[in-house]
Amino acid sequence: MRKVLTLAALTAAIIFPLVARPLGWDFYIGFASRVLIYALAASSLNLVLGYGGMLSFGHAAFVGVGAYTVAVLMVEGVANAWVSWPLAIAVSGLLAAAIGAASLRTRGVYFIMITLAFAQMIYYIAVGTRVYGGEEGLNLGSRSLVGFGLDLKDGVTFYYLVLTVLAGTLYCLHRLIRARFGRVIEAIRENETRMEAIGFPTYQYKLVCFVIGGGLAGLAGALLANQNDYVNPNLLYWTQSGSLMIMVILGGVGYHYGGLLGATVLLLLEEVFSAYTTYWQLPVGVAMLAIVLFAPQGLAGIVGRRSLAHRIADG
Amino acid sequence: MAEPMLAIEGLTKRFGGVVAADNVSLAASRGEIHALIGPNGAGKTTLIQQLSGALAPDAGRIYFEGRDITRLAFHQRVAIGLARSYQITSLFPRLTALDNVALAVLARSGSSLSFWRPAAAERVVFDQARSALERVGLGGRENAIAGLLAHGEQRLLEVGLALATNARLLLLDEPMAGMGPEESERMIALIGALKGAITVLLVEHDMDAVFRLADRISVLVSGRIIATGAPGDIRASAEVKRAYLGEALAA
Repeated sequence: MRKVLTLAALTAAIIFPLVARPLGWDFYIGFASRVLIYALAASSLNLVLGYGGMLSFGHAAFVGVGAYTVAVLMVEGVANAWVSWPLAIAVSGLLAAAIGAASLRTRGVYFIMITLAFAQMIYYIAVGTRVYGGEEGLNLGSRSLVGFGLDLKDGVTFYYLVLTVLAGTLYCLHRLIRARFGRVIEAIRENETRMEAIGFPTYQYKLVCFVIGGGLAGLAGALLANQNDYVNPNLLYWTQSGSLMIMVILGGVGYHYGGLLGATVLLLLEEVFSAYTTYWQLPVGVAMLAIVLFAPQGLAGIVGRRSLAHRIADG
Repeated sequence: MAEPMLAIEGLTKRFGGVVAADNVSLAASRGEIHALIGPNGAGKTTLIQQLSGALAPDAGRIYFEGRDITRLAFHQRVAIGLARSYQITSLFPRLTALDNVALAVLARSGSSLSFWRPAAAERVVFDQARSALERVGLGGRENAIAGLLAHGEQRLLEVGLALATNARLLLLDEPMAGMGPEESERMIALIGALKGAITVLLVEHDMDAVFRLADRISVLVSGRIIATGAPGDIRASAEVKRAYLGEALAA
């Protein structure tokens, strides 16, 4: 069932530009790329929040730092995606290692506040860095070069690249969650004290999970910088972290497709309602409330089972 | 004389004005069941917390097989063979019984920083988990969700998790808590079967179980060990009666 749905969704995503381009819906191809990029960012948060049980409220910092890495390299003359994108992952991952190492010593509300505080610090650093645009932001001038005769300035090419990256990442996350590591972090979410008591260094496992989440967020940032041809400090602002959290909660915390569903629905609601009213946040809020009240497991919870190690034995 | 499996020297822990462990010294020999009894609030669980590494003592030292483990982290102590169970059942309630013990087996079977190969494919882990379940008498309950097991079965699984770590020293914190007489019999049989193979520090309120199982008993009152000896000596001790058994009988 799930495999059929996955294949159907993937097929639809592959066919979409082939239909949209002849109809002149280029705007929607760009919009779809944006949805897929946010799906990647939300999925990376879902790994940390949904599977690892860490309520990180500073995830936008990793997205933003990934985006800035690509933008700064571009301005400095490094346009090669094979250099700048892995660097975006590495820089965001390293930042996550530093922030995680300090934050993961705290629990609950303190963890939320400290991740938020670190993210805001990074935001103000971006605002204060005049050489790279400061508050004004930074224009990329062109898109990253991937080679193979592909030009990312072409909307459809960029869309397919983003789709490939997202699909590949989701597959890796699927493997990761079913491998030992995933079982361990899910069990830590369920009962951290007992995991320590049976011999797991839980802090280290959570840190590794946090770093992977941060690195993937950096990859989403690298794509986002290309999508917008522009970066500015708002990418790192705390409301962005809030949006990512809303996507995860909306889509389904700890569900494999939670990030994808949440990003799709939130951005669609935003797009649809903002066409009618400048107060689009109100109907979006009402829709959020409805989902929280009537589908507390999120949208994915309506159709699927939450991935949980309770099926370690049968995969 | 052989080196004790566990030796505690001058362990002290204060919470503000309350002295939960007051210069506690204790030794458990290899293979023995050493019971720790005492009235509520005597500091038994606090002692277990310090021995397992969940809580750092203010003073004193803890030796495991002669090695000073006072500064070792919780999980490092488990890795060298010292595991605990909980007075208040602490399982993974949404996992099956088998998956619960499988986690404990995973912990000791190499690094779990494995990101690709499905955990479900690890036959050896699940074989070991199955035998760990059988050992605590839950052989037929592999696929039952832990949170839905009967209380007595959850208590057995609680001990099973600690056992599955391959511990050579078990700290059992009131394993019989909340159990009916028949369930207690299963637990007594389980713990009795460990005698000689695994050293057990048993904290328990069920005096019948304590006197049937223990090779030696230490009595903890207000954070101090007031007596250590064979069950017969403890039963006969006037000081123990006054401090503990008398109170229990009066209650």
